[in-house]
Amino acid sequence: MTGAIIAGIGQTEFSKASGRSELQLAAEAGLAAIADAGMTPADIDGMVTFTLDNNDELLLMRCLGIPELRYWSRTPHGGAGAHTTVQHASLAVRGGAARAVLVYRAFNERSGRRFGQPNQRTTPPGWNAYLPYGLDTPAKAYALEFQRYMHRYGVTNEDFGRYTVIARAHAATNPRAWFHGRPITLADHQASRWVVEPVLRKLDCCQESDGGVAMVVTTADRAPDLPSPAAHIAAIADGHLVNGSVMFNYYHDDLAEFPEAAFLGRQLYAAAGLGPSEIDAAMLYENFSPIVFMQLEALGFCGPGEARDFIAEGNIGLTGRLPVNTHGGLLGEAYIHGLNNILEGVRQIRGSAANQIAGVQHVMVAGGRSGMILAAS
Amino acid sequence: MPAVIPPIPDPNDQFFWDGVQRGELLLQRCLTCGVLRLPPVPMCGSCHDTAWDTVAAAGVGTVYSWIVSRHPSEPDAAPRIVVLVQLAEGLRVVSNLCDVEVADVVNDMAVELSIREVDGVVLPMFVPAHRSGTAVAR
Repeated sequence: MTGAIIAGIGQTEFSKASGRSELQLAAEAGLAAIADAGMTPADIDGMVTFTLDNNDELLLMRCLGIPELRYWSRTPHGGAGAHTTVQHASLAVRGGAARAVLVYRAFNERSGRRFGQPNQRTTPPGWNAYLPYGLDTPAKAYALEFQRYMHRYGVTNEDFGRYTVIARAHAATNPRAWFHGRPITLADHQASRWVVEPVLRKLDCCQESDGGVAMVVTTADRAPDLPSPAAHIAAIADGHLVNGSVMFNYYHDDLAEFPEAAFLGRQLYAAAGLGPSEIDAAMLYENFSPIVFMQLEALGFCGPGEARDFIAEGNIGLTGRLPVNTHGGLLGEAYIHGLNNILEGVRQIRGSAANQIAGVQHVMVAGGRSGMILAAS
Repeated sequence: MPAVIPPIPDPNDQFFWDGVQRGELLLQRCLTCGVLRLPPVPMCGSCHDTAWDTVAAAGVGTVYSWIVSRHPSEPDAAPRIVVLVQLAEGLRVVSNLCDVEVADVVNDMAVELSIREVDGVVLPMFVPAHRSGTAVAR
């Protein structure tokens, strides 16, 4: 146990056009999370968000009426590093830098700057080796790794589709999900157009979404006073390896493996004193469907090359051995840079998820290069 | 023709793009321990020496992985085959594969260097290796 808990969660609706500013989304989500924790803004004295978040902390303080802030931090990179925000917050409250930290991410990522589009007309530092060759979207950058995985194990795009169908089924019964009430079939998946051949069809790609999510992180001694059951952070870590880049590592020995996620898993299991068989549900970041396969293997839920069969045999559905992305994931619910996956992990621990799994004690929430294990006690 | 986002050489990789202009794919080589590195960085991660020179790659390798962009939007609207090439020297480099139909692209196929100008930008690209067998498959 880290001694830190997630005490409150909040969000806006998830949409394609929020109709309001990113600051307003952050403020609405933040206020909801503070209220959910049974606190007032005066109880918040720390803030953590992504370096990529456009909102100014001091403006958010004004919106929420937070009188005094003792700690703030921002964490690098995108959704694979989403969980690092909670790591900073938990370290801050455990180390005495703050008593209660608001973690948030809010953006108009569909109606504003779209992450899936090749936005660059010039080349940022470090990208000379990639952008000039047309590797100009996350889909392409990731797919170059995924293709080797497909080659190594004979995995097809149809196999990826079987995950997508499950994610959309979970979203279909989650009222918070953008794709609520809209399940798909494998035929729908196979009929969707290629984005990156032969790896990703449109339905393999996460959404571009508008919305905000927030959490309140504090110390475990406050758990008895909360209106909702605390989600205890049993373990939390990053997992980065040499030669990596922001979205990929093309330079490790075997690209059919995901050694960063394996490193992450080793740390989380050791710190929590748990193994993969003791995880009751998993929220696995999926900007694109193949990364679920590689994480299932790297985190030890199945063996190398076995994710295809593990998924096809029903293990990740709501009644399976390891329900995965019970909210519909980033494909089905929304893409709030992965932070919405942590909210679903908290709901599963609380017993309040739309697709609640019975008797959940431990939830893995992972993004390949950062993650946590949440525990009910 | 693809619209190329041009590289903006910086102090760390200016030598690489200068080499491309001369028709070479240059690898960075540590002067102390001889370890090769690409993409360029200013310090050797093995021995920490900041002194280095360059060696021209033989220009042969294999397709480690590959994709075809079907992304519909600009600037890269024209589909290109993007490859991760495993060079004979043991390093990997992202590039484009030319002069081949998508249906004929397979993992581990032998390729060789072909430096070309596309959209006004000179890039080190690759083509299927000649049948003479000069490419080294590994």
